[in-house]
Amino acid sequence: MSDALLQIRGLKVVFDGFTALDGVDLTVGHGELRFLIGPNGAGKTTLIDVVTGLTRPAAGSVSFAGTELTGRREHRIVRLGIGRTFQTSVVFEELTVLENLDLAAGFRRPLPTLLLRRRGVPDAVAAALDTIGLGALADRPAGVLSHGQRQWLEIGMLIAQRPRLLLLDEPVAGMGRGERERTGELLTEIAREHTVVVVEHDMEFLRRYASQVTVLHEGRVLVEGDVATVQADPRVQEVYLGRGREEAA
Amino acid sequence: MQSLLNQLPIGISIGAVLLLIALGLTFTFGQMGVINMAHGEFIMAGAYTAYMLQDWAGDEAVLVALPVAFAVAGALGWLLERLAIRHFYGRPLDTLLLTWGVSLVLQQAARDLFGAPNVQVAAPPWLTGRVTLLGGALPYPRLFIMALAVACVAGIWVYLNRSRQGRRMRAVMQNRELAAVSGVATARVDQLTFFVGSGLAGVAGVALTLIGPVGPSLGTYYIVDAFLVVVAGGLGRLRGAVIAALALGMLNSFAEFWTDASLAKVIVFAVIIAFLQVRPQGLFVLRTRRLT
Amino acid sequence: MSPRLRGYALFAAVGLLVLVVAPLTLPAFRLDELAKYLCLAIAALGIGLAWGQGGMLTLGQGVFFGLGGYAMAMYLKLHDAGGDLPDFMTWSGVERLPALWKPFANPAVAVAAVVAVPVAAAVVLGALVFRQRVRGAYFAILTQALAAAFVILLVGRQGLTGGTNGLTNFYDFFGQDPEAESTQRTMYFVTATVLGALYLAARQLVRSRFGRLLVAVRDGEDRVRFLGYNPATVKTVTFAVSAGMAGIAGALFVPVVGIISPSLLGVVPSLELVVAVAVGGRYALAGAVLGAVVMNYAKTSFSEQWAGGWLYLEGALFILVMTLAPKGAVGLYEQARDALARRRPAPAPVPDRPKTEEVPA
Repeated sequence: MSDALLQIRGLKVVFDGFTALDGVDLTVGHGELRFLIGPNGAGKTTLIDVVTGLTRPAAGSVSFAGTELTGRREHRIVRLGIGRTFQTSVVFEELTVLENLDLAAGFRRPLPTLLLRRRGVPDAVAAALDTIGLGALADRPAGVLSHGQRQWLEIGMLIAQRPRLLLLDEPVAGMGRGERERTGELLTEIAREHTVVVVEHDMEFLRRYASQVTVLHEGRVLVEGDVATVQADPRVQEVYLGRGREEAA
Repeated sequence: MQSLLNQLPIGISIGAVLLLIALGLTFTFGQMGVINMAHGEFIMAGAYTAYMLQDWAGDEAVLVALPVAFAVAGALGWLLERLAIRHFYGRPLDTLLLTWGVSLVLQQAARDLFGAPNVQVAAPPWLTGRVTLLGGALPYPRLFIMALAVACVAGIWVYLNRSRQGRRMRAVMQNRELAAVSGVATARVDQLTFFVGSGLAGVAGVALTLIGPVGPSLGTYYIVDAFLVVVAGGLGRLRGAVIAALALGMLNSFAEFWTDASLAKVIVFAVIIAFLQVRPQGLFVLRTRRLT
Repeated sequence: MSPRLRGYALFAAVGLLVLVVAPLTLPAFRLDELAKYLCLAIAALGIGLAWGQGGMLTLGQGVFFGLGGYAMAMYLKLHDAGGDLPDFMTWSGVERLPALWKPFANPAVAVAAVVAVPVAAAVVLGALVFRQRVRGAYFAILTQALAAAFVILLVGRQGLTGGTNGLTNFYDFFGQDPEAESTQRTMYFVTATVLGALYLAARQLVRSRFGRLLVAVRDGEDRVRFLGYNPATVKTVTFAVSAGMAGIAGALFVPVVGIISPSLLGVVPSLELVVAVAVGGRYALAGAVLGAVVMNYAKTSFSEQWAGGWLYLEGALFILVMTLAPKGAVGLYEQARDALARRRPAPAPVPDRPKTEEVPA
């Protein structure tokens, strides 16, 4: 599997006796857009947490482009080229939209150059600002943004990081219909050039934008495949879609 | 060897006093995120309570003072919570500075009320003397302090684990919002925690009159060490506070014995920093998945 | 006037006031006092950087102030002794110069140590605690414990440190009589210039990318990790810078005031510096400087009238500031300015105060 960007094998996570992940295998190829779904407590966020170094696994391996990730510190993993967002968006309210993006784009700068003031707008920042469409608000503090705008800013910060793999944790949670649509377009656009893993609850969103789907249930991989296959699978309908349809409605 | 054994009760009794002080701190910190620098002045208030009661209760002042000091210091703590601290929940560093202002005022008030020089509180006659144990001397006052700490810890344990009110307190400590929506009157729980925690500091103050003089700045000598107990023991953990207080008391007294008083504090500080390399969140932590 | 131009104009006006007006109008002993406040303002500037910008409440700046001060004082004592033992050592029965003192006979080493020793101490402590994600209140408590331990150590080692009395009685400051009015005047100008330079440097730091990063670390340390930065490095660097400033402040304090002693560095003096920063306004560097000067001036003049009263006043003032104006004098000024601006048709107000602290996990 030489074209696998992310390869997870036998991953197990235990929180104080509770097994959150139990032997998960997952392979994400270069350029893929993968959706990760499953009912509450299935272990979706935990999986992302392990990949990004927030949670240490009890067993198993996570390899990113051939590099083992387990045991590395969070910022090291980011430096390898993995970026993520959080369910509750965290942007720096004191800083302007532009400064937020510039911060995200700047981690490869050597420390001494950080001591200089920013002059102008770096290309990566300008591109990210353009992609998320917040150009008009560039010099406003991020604290004034609406919920949806914050999520986009977070995605923009992710793009500005120029990662090789993006992990999005419920990007449309709490969004209105219009905002969801805009996010979906954003996602499609990003997925053209990046490898993306999306954790999502929203079934409608899934149906519209997903191609490859992995279903987690009680810490294990239940089914994997394209949207149609997954939707047709009786096990998935039993544990998830039956309830999911009502939830999404 | 002889003097080494003598060091043991000193260490344990210092640990016992630290524990009494730290219990209040760890619960107000763990439950409300409040760093109460005025806690040291509640110790002082407790000690002066014993001093004041001498006129009335004579030899037994210390014994009479225990419940009275608990009430006095508790009331002071309750007042502080009601008047000021409750406006600062969720801003621990600000409470630290706010209560330091309160502590300054209380210290100066004590200086104006009782005078700057130290005063003595006479121990009851039945507390003079010592027993000899394994060749080491064990003075009665130190023994009394240890017994007092054991009694208080036992009381707190029963309160936390067996009473309904204690269960509410633990609930608030673990998840304030959830406790609130589950019908726990969190404000009332906060007041009670503050009362009990401050009251224990008052009790510690009475205990301190048995091993030294009382002065307006009595609290400042213990507050820093008591905070270190909180840091090392883990927030709001009874077990952690007990172990950390005893360890710190012993470490203090043995470090003083082996080196001298001036190096002892530096050694204690270095040990705490080293300990945090292994257990950055203290001995016992509640593990959660929350970010930040 | 653009805000930027207004800033420069204000800085120039204050510079004029401090460097020209004050020396011409104040009597010598008042100028000397002002020099002392400016020393403390340098230390306060460091606190403003670490606490206001970086969210690290350091309650042990007295330690770094002391390290800088003692480094300078040790050189002066050795220089005065002229190859013999410093006077206080003979009094406490020390017979040979302790090894720790030997390098400080060299003025270059001593002056370098003024910055290097506090910075090294801060780097070691910072690296150890920040790496382990010890922060917020825990960090504050640890720095306070450090201040307490440092003072006890200084007091206890009479022969090495001069004990409670500290180091004093200096007769020669780089060829000048430290008590002479001309030296005091020169020291005033030196202190004021150093403060001005450090203020500009700190301001540059705050406005640089590093400064933005620092604010981000203050408001969301964990989030910053996922932007690929190590917050521990950012915090350690900032903490070290603030320690270096405190060291410089301590070193200037020695010739200005003529003494360095444990009672100037303990838990209470360290906290008083933080109080001054809070009163002046912790989120603005100018607030830290202003607070230090005003609070120490108030302390001196009030204590002259009613010694015990100052503690009541300081305590009360602090309670009031924390309750009513957590952003200090600068915050009040900004509120007033915004209120004025709102009367005229003006741009929308800046969103209000930042989240300052993480709740302990």
